[in-house]
Amino acid sequence: MHAEQISVFLENKAGRLCEVTGTLAAAGVNIRALSLADTSDFGVLRLIVNDTAKAKQVLKDRGFTVGKTSVVAVEVPDRPGGLHEILEVLQKAGTNVEYMYAFVQQTGSNAVMIFRFDNPDEAVKVLERNGMRIIDGQRLYGM
Amino acid sequence: MIHDIEYETMPREALEAIQLRRLKATLERAYANVPFYRQKFAAAGIKPGDIRCLEDLQRIPFTTKQDLRDNYPYGMFAVPMDNVVRIHASSGTTGQPTVVGYTARDVNTWAELMARSLSAGGATRGDIIHNAYGYGLFTGGLGVHYGAEKLGASVIPVSGGNTKRQIIIMRDFGPTILTATPSYALHLGEVAEEMGVSFRDLKFKFGIFGAEPWSERMRTQIESQLGLVAVDIYGLSEVIGPGVAIECYQAKKGLHIFEDHFIPEIIDPQSGQVLPYGTTGELVFTSITKEAFPVIRYRTRDITALNAEPCVCGRTMVRMQKVSGRTDDMLIIRGVNVFPSQIESVLMEVHEVEPHYQLVVEREGNLDKLTVRVEVSEALFSDEVKSLQNLERRIAHNIKDYLGVSAEVKLVEPKSIARSEGKAVRVIDKRHM
Repeated sequence: MHAEQISVFLENKAGRLCEVTGTLAAAGVNIRALSLADTSDFGVLRLIVNDTAKAKQVLKDRGFTVGKTSVVAVEVPDRPGGLHEILEVLQKAGTNVEYMYAFVQQTGSNAVMIFRFDNPDEAVKVLERNGMRIIDGQRLYGM
Repeated sequence: MIHDIEYETMPREALEAIQLRRLKATLERAYANVPFYRQKFAAAGIKPGDIRCLEDLQRIPFTTKQDLRDNYPYGMFAVPMDNVVRIHASSGTTGQPTVVGYTARDVNTWAELMARSLSAGGATRGDIIHNAYGYGLFTGGLGVHYGAEKLGASVIPVSGGNTKRQIIIMRDFGPTILTATPSYALHLGEVAEEMGVSFRDLKFKFGIFGAEPWSERMRTQIESQLGLVAVDIYGLSEVIGPGVAIECYQAKKGLHIFEDHFIPEIIDPQSGQVLPYGTTGELVFTSITKEAFPVIRYRTRDITALNAEPCVCGRTMVRMQKVSGRTDDMLIIRGVNVFPSQIESVLMEVHEVEPHYQLVVEREGNLDKLTVRVEVSEALFSDEVKSLQNLERRIAHNIKDYLGVSAEVKLVEPKSIARSEGKAVRVIDKRHM
């Protein structure tokens, strides 16, 4: 039930992000969601793409340091309190969210959030037990 | 003032006679008690008795820093531990510093040499010495301390750090002599100014600065900012510590080497050939009075030249120029010796992979600043900023722990460290001295 995310190490230098998007564009890889965390010196770019293996390869070939992580895509009811319900469930179960960000596409009337957990298997169980809908990787990349 | 008129102004001929006698005795003792020297002599096909004049010293093989490391910790000691009363060590990586020992007589010799040095630098028994060299395994603090007591001066054992408290002490205790690394002296000046204390209004007359190379330009800056006469002191723990050589405040032109205890040579670092006076090369020392840790033709890696011209101060001891560089990649950062390979060991320990790294040394204000740039490989990388920041902190912490020097660690992208001819440029030293 997991999805794959790739992450890229970027120094805080002009043009680095552009180099990543250019590399992916040239390889015909489509970016589905993205988040950038940064400090004063460096940043970590996280991406959900339609072809993880290819994206990883072309970025590595360009000399970037690339990592691959399991994340969980969860449907979030698109109404006030929708996200809160999910976080409350996780909090009660003592599951820690490392970080999260929004997916571009909606599924029906629901939004999609990408979650990075310490222990994704455990988190998926908690969410499913509480009736939350998880979107698996294959469906996510094609959305 | 000349502390030891008899020896320090001895005619060269008499001095050379003493040197030869002491050299022979040292060679006999090292040969008899240190397996390393015995093997080295045997490999070169010589016996101590073959050394009949000072020129014969050139027949003996050199001793290097690596030899000392190979015999870690006590392999180079020439006396049983019963007779060792003091141990010092230079910074090393994970458990392999260079360890040196002293007998009671060595400690006394060292104190005498430091008393001579402090006198040459302007101190008298009436002076109060503010000693801001670090106390501990580093020889700076205790070296000055014992010398000051031997001289009969009053010593304030303030050690390094806690700079604001040092300014208060300087203001209230009225010290007249400052001993510190030159960069720390300038830092003291800055902090004093921030605190509204004018250094020039303090009672300092002389400053004796060493443990790191410094230029004539820096001397001018120190003298004008701190309002004192600044002299250079030289030493290294392998030879004895500070007090191997000292500038006299009268000339401030080269450091007198205490040749009745150490024989200096200048060699071509490539060929190992001894070079004549006036020629620049690598400084080599043979100790001729030390008991616990004799060194024979020890290569210091420091670059200088010797000058035998008579000096206005009356000392007959040869002078070495201020050290102008190194023949290896050692850096001196805030008085601490740092080899890039030590940083490499720390990085290896943190990650168990060969890191690509680069050391950048700058001078921020008057203090050295070390930045360690580390390329982020896949093994080091994480999608979480938190763990990358932890990584930076852990590396910095281990560098501080093992080497005793503060460093800022910066993660950089792969291949962002310049490589010349495929070899990474390990050190960028931006300090202009």
